[in-house]
Amino acid sequence: MERTIMGYERPNGEIGIRNHLLIIPTVICSNQVCSRIMQMVPGAVAIPHQHGCSQIGADKDRTFEMLAGTGKNPNVGAVLIISLGCEVVDPIALAADIRQTGKPVEVFDIQSVGGSVKAISYGTEVAKRLMADLEKQEKVPVPLNKLKVAVKCGGSDATSGLASNPALGVAADALIGEGGSIVIGETTEIIGAEHLLAERCVTQEISDKLYYIVDRFEKEVERMGADMRGGNPSPGNIAGGLSTIEEKSLGCISKCGTAPIKGVIEYAESIPDHGLYFMDSPGNDIECVSGMAAGGAHIVCFTTGRGTPTGAAVVPVIKITGNQMMFRRMEDNMDVDVSDMLDGSVSLGQAGERIWQEILDVAEGKWTKAEVLGHTEFSINRIGPSL
Amino acid sequence: MAHVIGTGADALYMNERDHVVTALREIRSGETISYRNAAGLQEVTTQNDIPFGHKIAVAAIEAGDDVRKYGEVIGRAVAPIVAGQHVHVHNIEGIRGRGDLGAKETN
Repeated sequence: MERTIMGYERPNGEIGIRNHLLIIPTVICSNQVCSRIMQMVPGAVAIPHQHGCSQIGADKDRTFEMLAGTGKNPNVGAVLIISLGCEVVDPIALAADIRQTGKPVEVFDIQSVGGSVKAISYGTEVAKRLMADLEKQEKVPVPLNKLKVAVKCGGSDATSGLASNPALGVAADALIGEGGSIVIGETTEIIGAEHLLAERCVTQEISDKLYYIVDRFEKEVERMGADMRGGNPSPGNIAGGLSTIEEKSLGCISKCGTAPIKGVIEYAESIPDHGLYFMDSPGNDIECVSGMAAGGAHIVCFTTGRGTPTGAAVVPVIKITGNQMMFRRMEDNMDVDVSDMLDGSVSLGQAGERIWQEILDVAEGKWTKAEVLGHTEFSINRIGPSL
Repeated sequence: MAHVIGTGADALYMNERDHVVTALREIRSGETISYRNAAGLQEVTTQNDIPFGHKIAVAAIEAGDDVRKYGEVIGRAVAPIVAGQHVHVHNIEGIRGRGDLGAKETN
């Protein structure tokens, strides 16, 4: 029999594990209005960002795809879009794109409504109405094989490659075994380890694409004329014992488990069902996690050795560490400690099972530390200049 | 990259091809520390203080030679390294993502 968890059924057949009201500013100029409305409506989440205007081409498209993808994320039950009224990102097209999921989407612009005060007042009324409808929705049994989990590491140290990443890999394999999806990203952080992932790609074409995106990233570094060491691995990675990007990458890749790689997808592109996929994304924590959420991930599993508080706007972020000293220092930010792997008192399999159980608990509503603390980070990767 | 971690060692050896082990505690210069490989418990005497999580050479590495961890190349030595030495950014460098080398070549 198909294994189920308690979640929200979406009109398009997807499942949600949270039921957010998302407030999207199409442009930086709407940030403050969105943030004020969020303060007025408990449970609503806004995603202020720096972009949405003075952008062209693929860079403009990427910002649009990020906003649309975040709105379409199945953890979002309803969306309020607030535009200034003259920006590059088209709010009507954005609303239409998100409405394809069948969820309610409202949109208005500040210039037409008549300034910040009236926009906050009007937006608060709309948001309260959307929220009231969301609160009527009840959880039902939904298939576990529709769950999509992203794996990410950040603030890595030597324990990441030795403990937390391999343990997360065991949990990733467990979800794949149930028929779910895993997505791994961070193109910069497979440099030096790409051959090990490429040989797991299910077709030559996918393998070629993986090499291509790594080469493209490396050429960008070359264009800068700099050694990437110092930027990645970062000063904190180096203090934690990681000497080169190759060493960091080799420690990184174990977090996605051992399944075949069924595809290489673009930043913020929709994550397919059933299997392991690679998303072309920067290693930067917030840009990467935001891209994975825009791709439809329900949960991000985030390993760290140095420690980081990061959360995400529409997805729970489960923080996992193999560094016991850091876990004790930053326990209010950490969800799972697998450092007992390093003294041999638990096996890799036992540590992986601990993470898998946490994924199931969080999927059914347990709050992560980042959620408890109200972390709602969001950031969009840019690929072009501001005009 | 499945691995089994034995109890009672000071440092972790990941693969039989590796030149380095990773310190599982703060280690002082001159300590004789243990790590486990396929043949059993091994010892090496450290030449430097080694912070938690940092690497210690368990084999000699010539300058310019590849350095291995996880059985894979993590970079190359920029100075000769002897067993027991701290292995880090002062004596190994990355081979990939080296825009600085290209910039030098074009100067």
